[in-house]
Amino acid sequence: MSNTAKTLAVAASVAAALTAAATTSASAQAKEKCYGVSLAGKNDCAAGPGTTCAGTSKVDYQGNAWTLVDAGTCTEIELPEMADGTERQGSLEPLERDLPA
Amino acid sequence: MSFTQDLFYDALLDPARPHPRGLHDGRSRPAGRRFDVYRNNVAVSLTEALHEGFPVIAKLLGKRNMDGLAGLYWRQHPPASPLMMQYGAAFPDFLAGLPQLSHLGYLPDVARLELALRRAYHAGDAAPLDPQALSIDPQALMSATLTFAPAVQLMRSPWPIHAIWRFNTEDDAPKPSAAAQDVLITRPDYDPVPRLLQPGAAEWVATVQAGGTLAAAQDRALASAPDFDLVALLALLLGDGALSSLSPPKA
Repeated sequence: MSNTAKTLAVAASVAAALTAAATTSASAQAKEKCYGVSLAGKNDCAAGPGTTCAGTSKVDYQGNAWTLVDAGTCTEIELPEMADGTERQGSLEPLERDLPA
Repeated sequence: MSFTQDLFYDALLDPARPHPRGLHDGRSRPAGRRFDVYRNNVAVSLTEALHEGFPVIAKLLGKRNMDGLAGLYWRQHPPASPLMMQYGAAFPDFLAGLPQLSHLGYLPDVARLELALRRAYHAGDAAPLDPQALSIDPQALMSATLTFAPAVQLMRSPWPIHAIWRFNTEDDAPKPSAAAQDVLITRPDYDPVPRLLQPGAAEWVATVQAGGTLAAAQDRALASAPDFDLVALLALLLGDGALSSLSPPKA
């Protein structure tokens, strides 16, 4: 590809991406913190150990644990009647061999 | 460190060692059992910190194996900083060095991904680049350079790390199939997100991260993947606020 062709190709890509970005940001919803909808240990906070929030909710739909949802939808989220806490326990390859303790 | 502190520290890491001498309670009685409680709390909290910091690894290995590994790890790598949110930096290399885990070759890279996500969470803020900053003269754009937000991190792996991460964190995620995967960690809202990159995108990002021009990035990306899709990559970067500034070419 010649330099001119390459420049034009990049310029066209940038223009297309800008159009896409403009569309997305126009339709993008503001987020709000929604409490009481998180599953146990799944509340949105990836801060890690030693912090007070990372996956610390101990029960499903714990009232003081929040997750980010589209603004205005928080109260419309459907929750199961019973907090059955279904969580996938599967693993790719369970490790059978014992490790030295 | 004084002699007593050394003894205290050594005994903390090794339950087989005797209690450090000279520990007394308020009534000058030996405080060995109190030391045991303290030692146990150190062990339990560091083990929990590793479970919390590497939830996918913990899930892949199962609780018992992870407990055992954590015990090995924190005795070899006790915290170097009181900031527990940064604990576990050597864990990926530690996993890579264990012969018992050599049949799970993807573990170290999955641990690196989890560590990078945590670092991204604590990285500094940056105002996202206004997409309109890119609509400049095409010639100037080709010689411009871009800066990424501090939270943005590129990870390349010969393993399907993104698929493994998703399979173990999201409900109904597809089962991973063997493939090399490149991941870009971005932070669109408050929390980091691992984005799967398409062929060529990692070369583009790496070139730009190293200070290369958009022309150089385009060349590298196309050389590695002729079907490189710049539109998709730019849409991802702009949508996630992953770019922070554009520097026009030096005159």
